[in-house]
Amino acid sequence: MFDLLVPVQPEISNNQPEIIMNKQEALFNYTLRLADNSLILSQRLSEWTGHGPFLEEDLALTNIALDILGQSKSLLEYAAQVEGKGRTEDDLAFLRGEREFYNTLLVEQPNGDYAKTIARQCFMDAFDYYFYSELSNSKDATLAGIAAKSVKEITYHLRHTSSWMVRFGDGTEESHTRLQNAIDELWRYTGELFEMTEADEILLKEGIAVDLNAVKVKWEKHIAEVLETAKVQAPENKYMQRGSREGKHTEYLGYILAEMQYLPRAIPNAKW
Amino acid sequence: MKNHDKYHLIFAYESRIFVAMENANTNPKMEEWFDAKLQKNEMVEPKDWMPDNYRKHLIRQISQHAHSEIVGMLPEGNWITRAPSLRAKIVLLAKVQDEGGHGLYLYTAAETLGVSRDELLDALHTGKAKYSSIFNYPTLTWADIGAVGWLVDGAAIMNQVMLQRTSYGPYARAMVRICKEESFHQRQGYESICHLAFGTEEQKQMAQDALNRWWWPTLMMFGPTDANSPNSANAIKWKIKRESNDQLRQRFINQTIPQIEYLGLTVPDPDLKWNEEKNGYDFGTPNWDEFMAVISGNGPCNKERLKARVDAHKGGEWVRAAAKAHADKKREMEFAA
Repeated sequence: MFDLLVPVQPEISNNQPEIIMNKQEALFNYTLRLADNSLILSQRLSEWTGHGPFLEEDLALTNIALDILGQSKSLLEYAAQVEGKGRTEDDLAFLRGEREFYNTLLVEQPNGDYAKTIARQCFMDAFDYYFYSELSNSKDATLAGIAAKSVKEITYHLRHTSSWMVRFGDGTEESHTRLQNAIDELWRYTGELFEMTEADEILLKEGIAVDLNAVKVKWEKHIAEVLETAKVQAPENKYMQRGSREGKHTEYLGYILAEMQYLPRAIPNAKW
Repeated sequence: MKNHDKYHLIFAYESRIFVAMENANTNPKMEEWFDAKLQKNEMVEPKDWMPDNYRKHLIRQISQHAHSEIVGMLPEGNWITRAPSLRAKIVLLAKVQDEGGHGLYLYTAAETLGVSRDELLDALHTGKAKYSSIFNYPTLTWADIGAVGWLVDGAAIMNQVMLQRTSYGPYARAMVRICKEESFHQRQGYESICHLAFGTEEQKQMAQDALNRWWWPTLMMFGPTDANSPNSANAIKWKIKRESNDQLRQRFINQTIPQIEYLGLTVPDPDLKWNEEKNGYDFGTPNWDEFMAVISGNGPCNKERLKARVDAHKGGEWVRAAAKAHADKKREMEFAA
C-alpha cells in the first residue's frame, strides 16, 4: 500500500522529451497567447462596467474592454484557422481548460482598487503598444493587419492609462499610496511579458514574431518615465513570477473561466 | 388610500429635489409668448424664458431618464462576464456602454436647465430622485438580456420616439441620437431571443421564462393609466410629451404580439385577444399594486441597484479627488512658470 507513495524511479529534472514544434503549431500557440491576453484582460475590465469611479471613466474603461475584446476575437478566428481542426473562435474561448490558456499572469490579476486596475492596464498597454507596433511589420499578413488596427486603439489606451498613473502618483496622498501599493503588488508579473518561447524563436526566424528583448527596452523606458513623473518607484524586490507560457497560472484564472465559460458548457450544442 | 392619491404622493416625492417654485415666476406676457412659441412648434432653447413649472418638469423628467440609463447598466452589466459567445459579449458590452453614453448626454441636457450633475446624482443616491422601475427587476438568466433588449428597450423607444419632437431643444436633440442606438439595441435583443426561441429545448424554456417574467413589468413601464397619471396633462400641454401612457401601451402591445407569435412563445395574459373594432388587442390589467411596491422601493432589486450606484460613487471619491488635486497642481505650476 505505502509502496505506491514511493516513486519507483527518482524523477530526473528536465527529463521531459524535447517537443519540437512545427511552424504551424508555433503560429497557433503564438496567436492564441496574444488572443488570451486581450480576452482575459477584457473580461477583467468589463467587471468595472457600470461601477466606474465616474461616468466618463466608466465609459473609457468599457471602451478599452471593447477594443481589446475585438482584437481577441480577430486573433482567435485566425488561431482557429491556423489550427485547421474545425474549431471556431468561440470553441477556443469557451471550451479550453485552465491549462490551455496562455495569457500572461498580469492580466488575470483581480481589479482591486482603481489604482491597481490602472497600473495593470498601463503595464499591459505599454507592452501592447510597442509589441503591436513591431508586429505590424510581420511577414504574416493577418497578424500584421490585426496589429496595425490594434496599434491605433492602443495608442489611446496607453495615453489614457499613463496619464492616470501620473494623476494618482502626483495627486493626493491617498492616491499616491494606492498607486505605489498597486505597483508593488503587480511588478512581479511584468517580467514574464518578455519571455521568449520556442514558438517565439521559430517565428522570429521566419520574420513573423517580434523580438521581445527589443520590446522590453522600450517598455522599460516608457514605464520608467511614467513612474518618475508620477513620483512612484518600482519595488526593490525584482523577483519575477512566471508560468503562463506553459499554461501555469495563478489561482484566479480558474474562476475567470468558470464564470466566462459556464453557459456554453452547460448547454453544449446551443447556438447563441 | 386610493391609487390616484398614491400616485400623487409618489410623484410629488419625486419632484421634491427641486425647490417648489409654484407661481414664483409668473409673468402673463411671457407666458403668452411662450405658449405661442409652443403653438408654432418652435423649440425652446436654454436661454429662452420658460415658466418655472416647465423647467421643473423637464429637470425631473430628463434627470429621471438619465438615472434610468445609468441604473439600467446594472442588470445588463450583470451578464457581460457570462455572455455565451464572443459576439454576444461584444454586443452586450457595447450596448451597456451606449446606455452610459445616453446617461451622459442626458445629464448634460439637464445641466442646460441650471442644475448640476452633482445635485442630480445626490438626489439619486439619497433616494429622492427616481429612475425607471423596470431596472429593479433582476436579470436571472441569459434570456433576460434578450428580453430586456427586445421588450424593455422596445417599450422605451415608444416613449422616446415622440421625445425627438419634444419642445425643449437640447432634450430633443439628445433623443435623436439615443433613439437611433436604442432601436439598434432592440433589434439585437430580438436577435438574441430568436437564437433561444429557435434553439435547443433548454434555450426555448429559458426564452419563455424570460417573457413570463418581463411581460407585465414592461407594460407597466408606460406608467399608470391616463386616469391615474397626474403629470401627463401638463406634459402634453407643454408638448414635452405628445402621446398618453395608454396610447403608447396599446401601440406597444399591438406591435409586439406578432413577434411573440413568430417566436412560438406564449403571452402570459389569458385575457389577451384581438379586438376587430378597435383594431388592436384587448389585454388584462397589470398588477398595479406590484407597480406601486416597486416604485416605492420594494421591488426585488431596488436596494441592490441603489447600493451599487452609491458604492461606485463613494468608491470613486478618492479617484475624483486625485484628478482634481493633480489638475490644481498643474495649474499652479503653469501659473508659476
